[in-house]
Formats: sequence, C-alpha cells, structure tokens
Amino acid sequence: MATSEQTEKLSIQQMIEEQRGKKAKKRIEKSIPIILFLIASISVLTTFGIVFTLIFETIEFFQRVPFLDFIFGKEWLPFSNKEPLFGILPLIAGTLKVTAIAVVVAVPFGLASAVYLSEYASDNTRRIIKPILEVLAGVPTIVYGFFALTFVTPLLQQFIPDLKIFNALSPGIVVGIMILPMIASLSEDAMTSVPNSIRDGALALGATKLEVAVKVVLPAALSGIMASIVLAVSRAIGETMIVSLAGGSTPRFDLDMTDSIQTMTAYIVQVSTGDAGFGTTIYYSIYAVGFTLFLFTLLMNWLAHAISKRFREEY
Amino acid sequence: MVQVNLNKPQLKETTDSNQNVNMNNIVYDTKQLNLWYGNHHALKNIDLAIKENEVTAIIGPSGCGKSTYIKTLNRMVELVPSVKTSGQIIYRDRNIFDSDYNVEELRTRVGMVFQKPNPFPKSIFDNIAYGPRIHGIKNKKTLDEIVEKSLRGAAIWDEVKDRLHENAYGLSGGQQQRICIARALAIEPDVILMDEPTSALDPISTLKVEELVQELKENYSIIIVTHNMQQAARISDKTAFFLNGEVIEFDQTDTIFSTPSDKRTEDYISGRFG
Amino acid sequence: MRHIDHKNVVKRMGSRMILNKTFKAIFFMATLFALLSLAILFYRIVSQGIGFISIDFFTNFGSRIPENAGIVAALVGSLWMMAVIAPVSLILGVGSAIYLEEYAKKNKLNDFIRMNIANLAGVPSVVFGLLGLTIFVRALALGNSILAAGFTMSLLILPVIIVASQEAIRAVPKELREASYGMGATKWQTISKVVLPSAIPGILTGGILALSRAIGETAPLVVIGIPVIIQFLPDNLLSQFTALPMQIFDWAKRPQEAFQSVAAAGIIVLMMFLLIMNSIAVVIRNKFQKRY
Repeated sequence: MATSEQTEKLSIQQMIEEQRGKKAKKRIEKSIPIILFLIASISVLTTFGIVFTLIFETIEFFQRVPFLDFIFGKEWLPFSNKEPLFGILPLIAGTLKVTAIAVVVAVPFGLASAVYLSEYASDNTRRIIKPILEVLAGVPTIVYGFFALTFVTPLLQQFIPDLKIFNALSPGIVVGIMILPMIASLSEDAMTSVPNSIRDGALALGATKLEVAVKVVLPAALSGIMASIVLAVSRAIGETMIVSLAGGSTPRFDLDMTDSIQTMTAYIVQVSTGDAGFGTTIYYSIYAVGFTLFLFTLLMNWLAHAISKRFREEY
Repeated sequence: MVQVNLNKPQLKETTDSNQNVNMNNIVYDTKQLNLWYGNHHALKNIDLAIKENEVTAIIGPSGCGKSTYIKTLNRMVELVPSVKTSGQIIYRDRNIFDSDYNVEELRTRVGMVFQKPNPFPKSIFDNIAYGPRIHGIKNKKTLDEIVEKSLRGAAIWDEVKDRLHENAYGLSGGQQQRICIARALAIEPDVILMDEPTSALDPISTLKVEELVQELKENYSIIIVTHNMQQAARISDKTAFFLNGEVIEFDQTDTIFSTPSDKRTEDYISGRFG
Repeated sequence: MRHIDHKNVVKRMGSRMILNKTFKAIFFMATLFALLSLAILFYRIVSQGIGFISIDFFTNFGSRIPENAGIVAALVGSLWMMAVIAPVSLILGVGSAIYLEEYAKKNKLNDFIRMNIANLAGVPSVVFGLLGLTIFVRALALGNSILAAGFTMSLLILPVIIVASQEAIRAVPKELREASYGMGATKWQTISKVVLPSAIPGILTGGILALSRAIGETAPLVVIGIPVIIQFLPDNLLSQFTALPMQIFDWAKRPQEAFQSVAAAGIIVLMMFLLIMNSIAVVIRNKFQKRY
C-alpha cells in the first residue's frame, strides 16, 4: 500500500520532470524582458525623433532667416514675392487669442460642472452626465471646426455685425467647448479626491454645500484644478483643425478678435495643403513654427506636472 | 504518457511508511533565518525543523512574522522588492537560498494556499489544470484525470463535477478556497503551505477546510499559518509560536496549549494579548 | 457673554440657504451648457447632412459636383489605415505597458521612459505630423501611403494605449499573480497566462477608444500630405489613399454652399463610425466588468 501511494504521488511530478528538459523556458524568460524593453524604448525614440527632426530642420531654417528676425519679427509674410518675412509674433498672437478666448469659456463652465458633479449631483445624474462629457471630449476636432465655421460664426454675426467670416472669436469659443470636458473631468477628479472627512467636518459645523465647495474643497483641490487648466491650455495651443477651418490665414499682430487671424498650427496646415516644394524656406519654416509650438506645449506640460506633483504631496 | 493512478488508497499509517524517504523525517529545516524588509528586521534567527506528514501550525499575533515565514519557505516573499535574507532553509537536503536553486522547481514541489481564495477568472477546469499545463502537461486525457483526482482530493468533486467549465467565480467563498486547494494538489506537491486559509471564510466553510486538512495530512506535509488558536489546537500536530519575528516556542500542539514553557506563550494562549 | 448669537445665526441661515440654492442652479446650468453644445452640434450636423446620405454617397468617389460626391475612397482608406494602426499601436502599447508594470526596476532609465510617455501625450498632433513627414514619408521613403499614415497615427495614440494598458494590468489583483507563482509558474507564464487574460478587457476598451481618436484625427494626415482627390481604392499598404477626416476637411473648405452639406454628410458617416467603435468598447467593458 505504501509503495502504491509513493508512485502515485510522484507521477505528476515525474511528468513535470520529463517536460522540464524539453522546454526552451529559460531562453524565453531571458529574452522577453529584452524584447519588451526594446518595445518600450520606441516611445523614447519617438520623442527623440520629434525633437531631432524639429531641431535639424529648424537649424536649416535659421541658415536662411536670422534667428532674431524670427522671434522678434512682427510680420509673417512667407508668401511675399518681393521680400518674404518670417516674424513669428503674429502667429503667436493668433494662437494666444484663440487660447485666451477658449480659457475664458472653458474655465468657468468647466469648473462649475466639476463642482456640480463632485459636490451636488446624485450618483444617477453623474452616471448620465459624465459619459456625455466623454462623448464631447471624443468628438473629432474637424467636426468642431466645421461647427465653428458653419454655425458659431453665423450665430455670432447676428450679435456682432462686424465679425468677419474668419475670426478669432468663433474658433476660440469652440476650442473652449472642446477643452471644457478635460477641465471638468480632471478638476472633478481632484475634488473627489479631497477626503470626505474634511467635508464632513465643515458640514457638521453647519456649513452649506456651497460654503464647503468654495471654502473647503476648492482650496484643497486647487493644485489639481490648476494642473487641469494648464493641460487644457496646452491642448488649446496645439489645436489645429478648428483654427484652420474657422480662424483664417491672415497672420496679424494685434488684439482684434473679430478679424481673420492665423495660428501657428493653422500655418503648418496652410503650407502642408499648398504646394511649397521640399527644400524651400517655406518648407523649413513649418518646422521652425512646429518647434516653437512644441516648446510652448512642453512648457505647459511641465508646468502641469510640477503643479500636480505638489498636489500629490498634500495628503 | 505516465498513467495517473486514480484509486487513491486511504492510508492511515503514513508516518511509518514514509520513513525510508528521509531518515529523520525532516522536510524543512530552517537554520538561523533572518529576513529584512528594507530596514525592518522581520524574522530573527529562526530555527525550526518541520516534519513530514504532519500538520505544523504557526501562530502568533498580527505582524509577528508568521506570514512572512511561510512565504519564505517557497521564496514567495521575494516578490516584495527590498527583501533581504540570511541563514538557511534546507528543503529536502538542499538550501533553497543557493544561488543555483531553481525557485520555480521549488514552488512546483511546494504548493501554497492563500489567505483570500484566489482562483483565476477562468473555468474550474482551467483553474485546476493551470499547474500541470504550465509545466508542459498538455494531454487532454491526462488533464481530465488530474482535474478529477485533485477535485476529489480537495473534497469538492461532487459539488462541481457538473459545472467544470463554468467560471470559478460563480462558487461560494468556501468552495473557491477548496478549488484553490485542489489547484495546489494538481501538481502533487510534497508540502502544502497554507497562509491563514480560513480567515476569509464563514464557520461552516472553515470546518470543511479543516476536515480537509486532516485528510490531506495523510499524504502531504502541511504548514499552516493561523490566526485562530482553536484552529491550531484542532488540526495541528506541532505548533510554533511566533512573536516579534522570533520563534518563542515550538513543540507538540498538546504541550503548547496545555503546558507551555514560556510565559509569553502562555499569555498569548490565554488571550492576554494579540 | 456668548460669542455666537443663535438668533443671528438663524437669521443669516436663510440667506445662506438661498445662496446655496442659487449657486446649485448656476452650477447645474453651466453643466447643461456642455450638454447643450453637444446637442446643438449633433442637431446641426444631422439636419444639414442627412439629405446627402444615400447609397450613392457610400459608393461614389469624390467629385467637383456636390450631388455626385461620395465617400467610398475615404471610408475604405480609413479602414485600411485602421488595419495598420490597430496591430502596431496595440503591440507597441501593450508591450511597453507590460515592461513598465512587470519588468521595469525603479531606476533612472525607467523613470525617464515613464516621464517621456507623459510628455509625449502632450505633444500636439500636428507635430506628430511633422515627425511622420520627415521620418516615414521622406527618410523611410514610404511616401504618403497608408503605411506612413498608419505608423504616424500609431505613435500619436501610443501614450494613450500605454497608460490604459498599464491601468488594466495594475488592476489585476496581486493574489492572482501569487497563485500563479505559487504553482511554480515563471514570470512570463504568469504574465501571459494570468495577468494579460485578466487585463485584456481593459486594454481593449482603452485601445478602441484610442483607435477612434486616431480615426478622427486630421492634422497629422494634412501634414504628411494625404491627398483628397482619389479616384481609386487602395490595394496595398503602400497605396495612396484618403481618409474620412481628410475628405471632410476638403469639403468643408470649399466655398460652395452645397459642399457644406456634403461635409456634414461626411461627418455623419465619421461619427457613426466612431459611435460603432465606442459601442464595441462599452460592450466589452460591460461584458467583462470586474469579476474579481
């Protein structure tokens, strides 16, 4: 009896032992992490690719256009036959106009939605509204651009008769609508992560929900909220299709919101859809503009990162 | 293909019959084991010799190192980064900390059952067949036999035989834990480590698992960490009492619970702390 | 003397309650603004474009005459592009996520990779277009082909897929890993047989959402020079092609009023396409909702 027990107990182990020699298990275990590391490096390569592409072509651009003329020039006239001018300030002005309007629209509405969702809304309401915000965030920008051009601009023209077909206001508002869900959902996350015990403490003292939201939750979630706004600004700066369709292609260095503008992104699109040949100054100029744009968004992302890093240390 | 013998004989006198395997019956011999989580000295100079085909219970208050110790026996503790060890654990004549010791092989010989039932989100069959499959056993008939035998061994065959291909998450907590035991049995381990296997179960399921442990000890060496002193008293042959990372006392369970030699053991047993 | 006069508190309470109610209403209205914008947007586009949706619209190529314009080339082109993006971005994204979650030790190099992915997610899509133009279209000489566009888009959504996959992998309870290791499984066996199967619903949901972003993205396509007037269907990965958003962009830019409606019709098709993909994602999410 004892021996039968012995053999039986060992049989599966024996089978396992037999299989052990056959398998190339060890080689797999060794090679998998290397393969996966190589895959993970692709994202680093992508960043390097972006940075080097931009830098090399921008250097090429600066061989033709003086650096100072580029960053301080107040006129952007690349297509001029007599004397092309590559002063980027008008493009930056266009970008900032649209971004400023977008922020004016998105921050109040986004924050109000976030407060409503995190402090007032019932679970059911939240379950309905949050997916709708997700849909809003998932609408392709080309669709928003079309909406700005064919609906928002004509609508605004009813109130502002001077408004041109292409202007800063309409794409600004629509970019605002586009980044609104981002501010709402990231700020809401920041607010919901404020511990309930803090809320309860204030409520137990007889504070209304409004007072809790404004005096307790908002300050506690402030850095998260700031980070969400900065990220949204970064998104607005890099937004391309809305401004291409509804902003126009007239770079101008002023504060006029009603007239045609051009943003950095829209310029890149304008050149790409035109027929500027490879190797021309205009061709290289899109890289210089792209590089400027990249630096702007990089700065914003780092800022958001720095802010939210402080936020994590708070609790 | 090697045939699996399904007619498991009901043995009563295994301790005697196995004596030829190892002269002194020691399956796990721990010598001067120390373990640190970073700077935290979690196990201090542990010396324990665990015998074959016995149930060895490890008791002690939370944080005393009992879970850490049992996880060291199959080197699962190394899943936590920043773990350092010194000393030796001799399993079947070899130190498991030897640099060329194959940890997968060790875990193939030593099964483990965890605190919370943790079946895979797969069918009952696939759960049980997981071990044999990863070790290269693919034959469908062999797997069928192994699954049935393991489920019988874990005393749950009758409850699940008609729904082997349903998800294991449909079972109750107690059933899930017995599935996990069956899963460990499927590779016919030499030793079964149980880390508070009943802590997440209701009293009736707990009783079933305890009865199962009693049956399993006929064929396996079992080391069980438990929070519950009555459980240790009910099911174990030997009991080790851990406190602050040290073994305070290790003896026959009867002795520990009736005439402990250390004051601290007595305090713990009589419920004065922990 | 008492510092708090309860009569006063009660008197002030009324106005505080009113203020609370007022602001609740204001916050609610602000939330409605977003919903309202979405409703108007959908209504406008559907009412403008639905008249142009017909069988012909799905079978015709682009045309100078609005009534004859169709979307077949763009629709098929987008599908081809998807066939490149889906495998490329999933393999790269899931592979990176497994590396970061399961293998990467805590060191400077891996911190750098993590930081880099976060930064990459913030790079504007038009800049990815410049990357694609320089590397894929010119340096690798793929031209403005499906492959070049697909690679560019894969890199664009890579950070999103990595993050979604990381979350899905992280959500797999450590108890399941322990169970697998406890059986003597190796690390890769544990990952491939336990972790990934449990994480796949989450990975797929995130992946499909990312894919739908790539399908709706226009700017990179413009920059790498995807044409719009295409009178044939692509037959291999190096074919020239056009895509839905590209076609819509072209129509929307045209001055004739009628093309606005064609653009709206194109948007309807694009949105239906995205709706289908998102529904699939939702179905997967619900079907495999956490069982552990």
